[in-house]
Amino acid sequence: MWTCVCVCVCVCVQEQRRPAAMAGKGRGVGAFTFNIDALGIGRGNMPEARVGPSPLFPSTDFKPVPLKAGEDEDYMLALKQEMRGTMQRLPYNIKPQSNKAEVERYTERYLKQSQIDDNEWTPDWNLFPKELMPRRKRPQAKTGTKKSAKISRKDTENILTKLDELANKDDPEKSDEETEKKPRNEDEEEIEEEEYEEEDIEEENDYIESYFDNGEDFAADSDDNMDGEATY
Amino acid sequence: MTAQEVRLCGLLLQEHFGEVVEKVGTHLLKSGAQNLRTIIHETGLSVDLVKKSLCVLVQHGATTFSSGRKGPGSPTEYHTSCDRILRILRYPRYIYTAKTLYGDTGELIIEELLQRGHTTMSSTVKTVADRLTQNMAEGRTMDYTEVSLTFSKLVETHFLQRCPPLPGVGNKDSSAPSETPATPGTPAAPVNTAPPTPESFPECYKVPSVTLIGRGKRQLASEDGEEQRSAKRAKMDPETHGDEGIYWQVNFERFHLHFRDQTIISAVANKLDQTSSEIVRTMLRMSEVTTSPMATCTKPLSANEIFRSLPPSYNILRPILDQYLTLLVDDPMEFVGKAGESGGGMFVVNLHRALANLARATLESVVQERFGSRSARIFRLLLRKRHLEQKQVEDFAMIPAKEAKDMLYTLLSQNLVQLQEIPKTPDYAPSRTFYLYTVNQLPTARMLLQNCYKTVANLIERRLFETKESKRLLEKSQRIEAILASLQASGAEPEQLTEVEEMITAPEKQQLDTLRLHINKLDSAENQVDETIFLLESYINSTNASS
Repeated sequence: MWTCVCVCVCVCVQEQRRPAAMAGKGRGVGAFTFNIDALGIGRGNMPEARVGPSPLFPSTDFKPVPLKAGEDEDYMLALKQEMRGTMQRLPYNIKPQSNKAEVERYTERYLKQSQIDDNEWTPDWNLFPKELMPRRKRPQAKTGTKKSAKISRKDTENILTKLDELANKDDPEKSDEETEKKPRNEDEEEIEEEEYEEEDIEEENDYIESYFDNGEDFAADSDDNMDGEATY
Repeated sequence: MTAQEVRLCGLLLQEHFGEVVEKVGTHLLKSGAQNLRTIIHETGLSVDLVKKSLCVLVQHGATTFSSGRKGPGSPTEYHTSCDRILRILRYPRYIYTAKTLYGDTGELIIEELLQRGHTTMSSTVKTVADRLTQNMAEGRTMDYTEVSLTFSKLVETHFLQRCPPLPGVGNKDSSAPSETPATPGTPAAPVNTAPPTPESFPECYKVPSVTLIGRGKRQLASEDGEEQRSAKRAKMDPETHGDEGIYWQVNFERFHLHFRDQTIISAVANKLDQTSSEIVRTMLRMSEVTTSPMATCTKPLSANEIFRSLPPSYNILRPILDQYLTLLVDDPMEFVGKAGESGGGMFVVNLHRALANLARATLESVVQERFGSRSARIFRLLLRKRHLEQKQVEDFAMIPAKEAKDMLYTLLSQNLVQLQEIPKTPDYAPSRTFYLYTVNQLPTARMLLQNCYKTVANLIERRLFETKESKRLLEKSQRIEAILASLQASGAEPEQLTEVEEMITAPEKQQLDTLRLHINKLDSAENQVDETIFLLESYINSTNASS
């Protein structure tokens, strides 16, 4: 509906514009309001109007000059490639954590023959802001396990209560949200742990959800269950 | 930071520091100064990774941190600038220059410092000595004192400088910014608006007294177990050498001055002859210490002094020297200027003028190579005559009207030539207005500089694409090389070696060769575009300084 209106408006506007152009001094295509000869171009010498965007790879009339080649250039080329390789092996090159347990390839043992720079590099904290120091992991791990223990206990209680409630309630999603909110409130400080624990809880909830859904979705549920069992 | 600069910086960070640092770096470049929490939130990376990336960026000088805008209590803010990251393109040139000036030792020192950002003198000397020992003949080792000597020489000539200590940490006296006059012991120092430059500290170029006695260690090609043990031993080595906390970094500005001088000398050699370039080289060498980095021209030198300081291999007569100097002064490139008559004539090297002329020559050659020599003729005409009408262009350039129009429009559409309107009447009526074509050198140079950044970014992307296409083949060849190396080390027969070598088929070998050729070409092109980048950047910076 709205698009039709817009199109009509555009067409009307265009029709209104044309009489204005016609009312200009010169008639015909490419009428201008000033004396064109001042710019040095005549009527017939106008360059062609652009029909669309310029081509992505226009043909070049003039080919580029070949690169300089000499001892200096070769040496600098070698330096560049070496430096690139070295810097990729230094500890400054941070690789995103890959979670899959990589079985070390037989050949990689031979590729690591060259000296391995110490993988850990500790900056001099006098020159760096203190907030960039990595937090010590031990107290984190302890509190993390405590928290997850707490939550799992709470979860079991919730699950037991839910088992009773689900028989009567229509959508179990509300209770899922409640349980998710609780761990979120507790874990406001630790972002990493939060994500991990949320995932845990969600997984458990998903499993429960599909298991205890209504009989209407039984066919779909059985498919989900089949998938679950297959992965086992 | 333009879009092209940010894109190029992203690619450079990715190649050298990995994707994580690239993400953090480009985010900081695009959004200005931010504190840690915001960075974590907006990049979506984990806290650990962001902290590590920031550490890496600060270590290499790409990021600086300062207390927040709201005062000393607010969280520290991190600010990244493009300039430092773009220097990565020039690393091979720095290392090669150090090699020509100070030999292999100097080369390795600069290479170590470039790779690690900033390090102490003792650790650099040890690493370099070990590396040199590795490459030396059996039984010979490199002494630490030799390496320390080269290090001191590099510091004396200002190629290396100390890293400035943290602002606010340490003595209050040394934290005064370079702009305010030295008022020692100001009790309540206001928030520093500008970060202190390394040169504002008086001990910037002072070599610490370091006790370094020893020789380089040759790392034997032993099994992995032994290497790990020796590495562990090195880590637990608690030797202190008296220079803890004093970190050194490469002084890029000094290298740039050196490159500028080299460019001027080679330009003179190309335009005139070898002897005149030697005269200019002598003049520049004599005024190395007395000229400040932002100076428009060197201090005046008398012809007598120049004559005495010429290298002994060039024994030209005094009248010949005078003739050469007159020739240099009269040259339209204006490298050398005459500043007085005392002492047989006082001569200066016009640094900024020389840079401007070299940049102009670069622009002219770009137009010539892209649009042909006749368009270049029009471009040069407009550069010299400033403003010309359409008709005048045709007359002066001696090109037929139609072709001249076409060329002018092409140049206009590429933004190399601008149109200037001069009205005769206040209502800007087109029939009563002059339309003049003009070329503005500085904006055109800036535009070409951005084009250069885009070029290098495209070259890098193409190289990454080519490598990715043939990834499988490259991996296979690497594996075969590794197997060959291990077989050779364990003393295998030549038949086994040939058998392994034949695992790569002939067409695959050909493919590998073409791939190697392409990658070399792309890399070499990056290096050479960087030379143009250097010239244009120096010109633009020199205009900033003088204006």
